[in-house]
Amino acid sequence: MTLPTPRLLARFAAAAVLAALVPMHAALAQGPNRAEVIHWWTSGGEAAAVKELADAYKAAGGTWVDTAIAGGEQARATAINRMVGGTPPTAAQFNTSQQFRDLIEGGMLNNVDDVAQKNNWDRILPAPILGAIKIKGHFYAVPVDIHMPAWFWYSKAAFAKAGIKDEPKTPADFLAALDKLKAAGLVPLALGGQPWQEKITFDAWLAHVGGPELYLKLYRDRDVKTVQSPAFKTFLASFKRLKDYVDPGSPGRNWNDATAMVITGKAGVQIMGDWAKGEFQAAHQTAGKEFGCFPGFGPRSPYLVAGDVFVFPKTSDPAQLKSQALLASVFTSPATQVAFNNKKGAIPVRTDVDAAAMDPCAQQGLQIMKDATRQLPNPEMLIAPDVVGALQDIVTKFWNTNESVDDAANAIAAAIKS
Amino acid sequence: MTPPKRRYRNAAATLALLPMAATVVFAYAGTMAWTVRVSFSSSRTLPASDFVGLRQYERLFETERWTLSLQNLALFGIVFLVACLVIGFLLAIFIDQRVRGEGLLRTVFLYPYAMSFVATGLVWQWMLNPGLGLQATLRGLGLEGFTFDWIVRQDMAIFAVALAAVWQSSGLVMALMLAGLRGIDESLWMAARIDGIPAWRTYASIVAPQLGPSFATAFVLLAVTVVKVYDVVVAMTLGGPGLASEVPAKFIIDNLFGRANIGLASAASTVMLATVLAFLAPWLHARRRPAHGGGAFAA
Repeated sequence: MTLPTPRLLARFAAAAVLAALVPMHAALAQGPNRAEVIHWWTSGGEAAAVKELADAYKAAGGTWVDTAIAGGEQARATAINRMVGGTPPTAAQFNTSQQFRDLIEGGMLNNVDDVAQKNNWDRILPAPILGAIKIKGHFYAVPVDIHMPAWFWYSKAAFAKAGIKDEPKTPADFLAALDKLKAAGLVPLALGGQPWQEKITFDAWLAHVGGPELYLKLYRDRDVKTVQSPAFKTFLASFKRLKDYVDPGSPGRNWNDATAMVITGKAGVQIMGDWAKGEFQAAHQTAGKEFGCFPGFGPRSPYLVAGDVFVFPKTSDPAQLKSQALLASVFTSPATQVAFNNKKGAIPVRTDVDAAAMDPCAQQGLQIMKDATRQLPNPEMLIAPDVVGALQDIVTKFWNTNESVDDAANAIAAAIKS
Repeated sequence: MTPPKRRYRNAAATLALLPMAATVVFAYAGTMAWTVRVSFSSSRTLPASDFVGLRQYERLFETERWTLSLQNLALFGIVFLVACLVIGFLLAIFIDQRVRGEGLLRTVFLYPYAMSFVATGLVWQWMLNPGLGLQATLRGLGLEGFTFDWIVRQDMAIFAVALAAVWQSSGLVMALMLAGLRGIDESLWMAARIDGIPAWRTYASIVAPQLGPSFATAFVLLAVTVVKVYDVVVAMTLGGPGLASEVPAKFIIDNLFGRANIGLASAASTVMLATVLAFLAPWLHARRRPAHGGGAFAA
């Protein structure tokens, strides 16, 4: 029977085999401040970005051992299995989220309090990120970038064809713009109908139309009463209204295929993370010329904060501890932050950096991050991965079926209660 | 008393089998037992050693996606098994007519099986996409009213997945059946012809019953495909639209890694294992008693 569980075990077995091999490997790659880093940045742009981190670490006198594993889930599973198997890497990538909370509780991570205190992380890092990495007063991860998962990307050509002059400043403006795009015979909203993309649309709509308060009531407070309130149900209905603006070919579409619809001007708007910028760049389009970007409606709109961090598996080896501290301070230095994030398409985790080399969208993002009241943690920072998954199932069902608003609200209430 | 030489030969054989036996005991039975154990714990990212009774199972069956996955698997399984067996058998009969270019046709029909489920899923995803594939092409050729949008429809998405899987696997059934057909004694055919029995009747009443072992082999291979179906769904629909084509294996994988929920994933795996055993038990029982059961099960 090829049920997947033996596979997990096989991975543990693989970890055990690795345990036998790693010392040999270590002997081969011996050098000062050796650091083995697991990450999942394997695509062209990502690999170029991680090279900036590696180069900065080498320049600081370290030896970088690169362990790139394609796919976030696979990379995280490998890191966890190696920690369980007793041969942890020096550092491992996770998302700025609760993905590594169980590892902290299981006592499997080192903290980097010394580096954090020396570099004043409490002051320079934004609150949502501190909330994810600082647990019970200790710093358990070093943040490297801020991704905003729900930018609005639009085609200037499509907007011109539909007679839309300005970027929408309110939700009503936005819906009016979608109507105009529809009337012009275009696909108003380019959506890849995969659960995670529908969830991004849901979160963006909740933050901008429902408002940050409703958003935090759901994700931070897990407040069942709010979810069953008329305000939340009104929001659910308005979210579902967006479906009128999506084409029938949407289900199952990949996010980059949806971006391509905006690039070619077939569609008006896509709601997607700032990684979509790479697609526009690859098509030789520049922000402000062929396409535009706005993070929300109006000058006070909330800004969703997500991103990547590195955690440091528990070890008592003084050489490894030294490498971990060096990694933490190199990753967060202003120069590394700018070099890395320019290639990554994200923005630095600190705002005291030189923004001149960044593109207009990133500059806008960095500017907004200076205003703490506009920062909103993404759901993954506020709730555990399995609740995020359950909510994703509920959203995709609500979006794709005729499920009533009441039923969807009840399902959400049940999911956040458990 | 066994003669010494014989005993020695037995020992050598046993020794040779030991690695395989160890693999079975530790890698299969061991991991199964471990999975069942974990399903009774509160494990999340890391395996925990506590004991929470049936809580993961209660949660599992309260999860709508899981019950939907089971229903989808049943639908997919029935359609896939029946369609593959029927189409495979008919293709084999067709080729068995000593048609011209048999070698070429055999290759054509078997070729899809050489493709992975991921590639199959991607190809069919594009073909069935209403904006890109078949529907768009035929509409472009002037058939304005042509609609074939199973893959984006709630009630049909799982059948779109089954369609792709049938396309991929019926060639295998054909190959197995053809081998069976070629093993049928020519004299039976002659006798049937002399008696003036029509060909379809000979196939239905004389040939098909003799193909029992081929059918059983094909059935087992296809059934295994059904239980572990995962990649074709991921490549084609990602379980969507909505939850319309979710399957148990995808539920398990998602919870095992992305959702950091080993306990729930193990409970789901255990349910799948129990289901398979429930289907397997009567079959094994029948095989145990060949004297009564006849040769049909000797796959």
